[in-house]
Amino acid sequence: MAAPKKGRGPSGGQGRPGRALVIILIAMVALAGGMFLSGHTTPRLGIDLAGGTSITLKAKNQPGKPNAINPTNMDTAVGIIERRVNGLGVSEAEVQTQGSDNIIVNIPKGTNSEQAREQVGTTAQLYFRPVLTVAASGPEQPAPSGSPTPSGSATPKPGESATSDDKDKDKGEEATGEEATPSPSATTQGRAVSEGLKKAPTPTPTNSAEPKPSDSPEASPSADPATAKLQEEFTKLNCADPEQRAAAGKDALPTDSIVACGSNVPGSYEKYILGPAEVSGGDVDDAQGAIDQQTGEWIVSMEFSSAGAKKFQTITSRLSQQQPPMNQFAIVLDGEVVSAPSVRTALSKNAQISGSFDQQSAEDLGNILSYGALPLTFEEVSVTTVTAALGSEQLKGGLIAGGIGLALVVIYLVAYYRGLAFIALLSLLVSGILTYTIMSLLGPAIGFALNLPAVCGAIVAIGITADSFIVYFERVRDEIREGRTLRPAIERAWPRARRTILVSDFVSFLAAAVLFLVTVGKVQGFAFTLGLTTLLDVVVVFFFTKPLMTLMGRTKFFSQGGSWSGLDPKRLGAQPPLRRSRRVSASTEPKEA
Amino acid sequence: MSRLGNLGARLYRGEVGYDFIRNRKIWYGVSILITITAIVAVAVGGLNMGIEFKGGAVFTTDTKAKISTAQATDVATEASGHMAIVQELGNGGLRIQITEVGTAKANEIKETLSDELGIPAEEINADLVGPSWGEQIANKAWTGLGVFMVLVVVYLAIAFEWRMAVAALIALIHDITITVGVYALVGFEVTPGTVIGLLTILGYSLYDTVVVFDSLKEGQKDITKQTRYTYSEIANRSINSTLVRSINTTVVALLPVAGLLFIGGGVLGAGMLNDISLSLFVGLAAGAYSSIFIATPLVADLKEREPQMKALKKRILAKRAAAAARGESPEDDGPGYRNDTVTEDAETAGAVVGQRQQPRGHGRTPGKR
Repeated sequence: MAAPKKGRGPSGGQGRPGRALVIILIAMVALAGGMFLSGHTTPRLGIDLAGGTSITLKAKNQPGKPNAINPTNMDTAVGIIERRVNGLGVSEAEVQTQGSDNIIVNIPKGTNSEQAREQVGTTAQLYFRPVLTVAASGPEQPAPSGSPTPSGSATPKPGESATSDDKDKDKGEEATGEEATPSPSATTQGRAVSEGLKKAPTPTPTNSAEPKPSDSPEASPSADPATAKLQEEFTKLNCADPEQRAAAGKDALPTDSIVACGSNVPGSYEKYILGPAEVSGGDVDDAQGAIDQQTGEWIVSMEFSSAGAKKFQTITSRLSQQQPPMNQFAIVLDGEVVSAPSVRTALSKNAQISGSFDQQSAEDLGNILSYGALPLTFEEVSVTTVTAALGSEQLKGGLIAGGIGLALVVIYLVAYYRGLAFIALLSLLVSGILTYTIMSLLGPAIGFALNLPAVCGAIVAIGITADSFIVYFERVRDEIREGRTLRPAIERAWPRARRTILVSDFVSFLAAAVLFLVTVGKVQGFAFTLGLTTLLDVVVVFFFTKPLMTLMGRTKFFSQGGSWSGLDPKRLGAQPPLRRSRRVSASTEPKEA
Repeated sequence: MSRLGNLGARLYRGEVGYDFIRNRKIWYGVSILITITAIVAVAVGGLNMGIEFKGGAVFTTDTKAKISTAQATDVATEASGHMAIVQELGNGGLRIQITEVGTAKANEIKETLSDELGIPAEEINADLVGPSWGEQIANKAWTGLGVFMVLVVVYLAIAFEWRMAVAALIALIHDITITVGVYALVGFEVTPGTVIGLLTILGYSLYDTVVVFDSLKEGQKDITKQTRYTYSEIANRSINSTLVRSINTTVVALLPVAGLLFIGGGVLGAGMLNDISLSLFVGLAAGAYSSIFIATPLVADLKEREPQMKALKKRILAKRAAAAARGESPEDDGPGYRNDTVTEDAETAGAVVGQRQQPRGHGRTPGKR
């Protein structure tokens, strides 16, 4: 084809190719700079690529609570699970909701995934332990003031005591009278009524510290080393310190005696020495906050399983004989005392905890008793454990697959489009850099983690991105076939190629967006990458490929239509040049631009 | 390549081509046959759902176990009380799949396997899935599919017209049915990866279709103002002129997928990469086929029902008959029909099928818009 008319110059519609290129260059530099500055130079890898354990929990519908699965409860559950998992010393564990009723727990490699799974999967880490000693451990008085001896003399409590009601003794989450610790005096202990055995609530003042020596050896003031150690721990323990508080009672076996913290009023804490667990959360069949028919007050009623009822009866009948504070049992959740009601009478299958509850605190305690801490019951629907070896192998596989796919596309493009392929490859490169930097930055920003499906999405996106170039190139070629010279061809081809690209990318993006919003799990990761790359495709085509094409159209190599340019009119079968001289001038003004 | 380029040019000019529209009944028939086969296959054979949908456990080992595959099968079957399927992977490791075990029980099985295989439990990859999870994934995928279809039909109806939207939808359903049918026939396992692939086909199948429709939309502009081509002819030309693009698009889309398939299937053995790429591969092929052979002919069929188009066709046929009577050579319906043109009303004809217009001499209208 003959040389283009030099005189006409770039006419309207050619835009300012330089400016667009500068814009995208700045964007790339900014993203890359941000990436290096933030220190996240690689995308965060998902569990399936990095190794680790991923647990998917699904909230179960509970009969009679149709609206229990709501964002609030889900968030609460996420918080609690996070606390538990991170309590294991896993700092990088991530817990997030997915969809309306799923929680995903990702635990990176290097942690005890079995233990983590137990922590996460079981809702109840709940034990009933006899209270041996209690002391205030608030911020104001970090040092335990009470004598740590288990024998009888209950410790002074920080606040007022007793009398929030006649049955104040429970320590519900709330506390009207912040009756932090059991007062040795006065209290008619939280009356734990039962329709079961009604033993006379004789609080024997004689604190025969060992109702059951085997059970609570620490109760004896003897110089048993374990006891001494416990005493020492107890003395040191400062519950106002969040770390100490979290650590207290955490890794203890149910059969050990422990020290633990509890809090009735925000900001003030109590510490306890607790005997071995005698009843576990699993022994509770059901519990809920309810209104006492007689008093009209909020209570928490519990129902034990038959095995649990026996154990509970044993502990309560024993405790009811004790003097405060040893007549209390502590409800210990994940090492934390959530409530420590005292017992006046032996109880069995059904029991109530009463005290200064309001609706919220009663229901909370009910939930804790029923489900552990979680406001919902969860079912472990999927657990994936990936060893680091497999993870890296999958990552390698994905990268190789991407490399092969890319190489094939490149070969095809070069073979078919020759010189034009250069533009396509540069565009792919730009697209690749943008994708990579954005993915890297999205890791810290929104917790995006590159998993295997996401890698697949990125690889599939190579095709989508290349498609846009093909649409445009074919348009340009069509124009040349009509006898146009290159520059007008480039400009005239653009508006229509643009429309096609936008329409088809929109459809592709729509698919990705719908998938992302509607689906869960692996499908979501895939959809995210696909949507991201589709968006970037539009950006790259508009701000890079087209301007570059315009610039390239000015070069000799392309405009002369050498056989390697991919735009050789002869090869493309353009019209015989007889019209050329006449046509050129007319067609340099693109109709649409 | 130059030969391909030439073919592209000749296709573009309509010198060569295939009359997709005239032969549409054949292709409809082929598609209906394939679709029925697919439906029957799904109905009779059913799909081989993976454990992600049925619930169960998959254990994979990175390293070689000390016992044979057969022994491992026995161990796993015994430990679980369910059928175990054991495959050897490319790297010498084992993939042990056990259906219908709960996530809790799977833990015990893992311990047992660890003992028997001589591989520490930490080095065994486990994928434990409760049955409700797969159900949830599947349900959400169906929901996604439904939502997407509605949205895309609305969008296409706005961007193009409802006939094209309907045709695209039919082509989409066609593609998905065929892909699912292939899975039922061959017995490939259906996993979340498969579903991902299937859902991706949605976008791709339409991508192809949209490119052809775009060309068609352009071709049908001012169609009623000319009397040379019927709608079907224009549609046919649109297909032929975008054929190279369609082929390129499909090839370029398939190449990365082929890379995935090669790595996923050949090197890593079974897995997510393999599952996604397999369904993509089948679906993409079906999508390319349907956008050319099904979607556009369907649009033409629907369009020809319009009174306007009927009238147009009648006029054109009458004109051609008259021309034939006068002994002139009317253009035939074949792909070559546009070589003799510029006799009359070049202006309008150019407006209609401008990109293929070969003006001789004068008055060339700008074809592209």
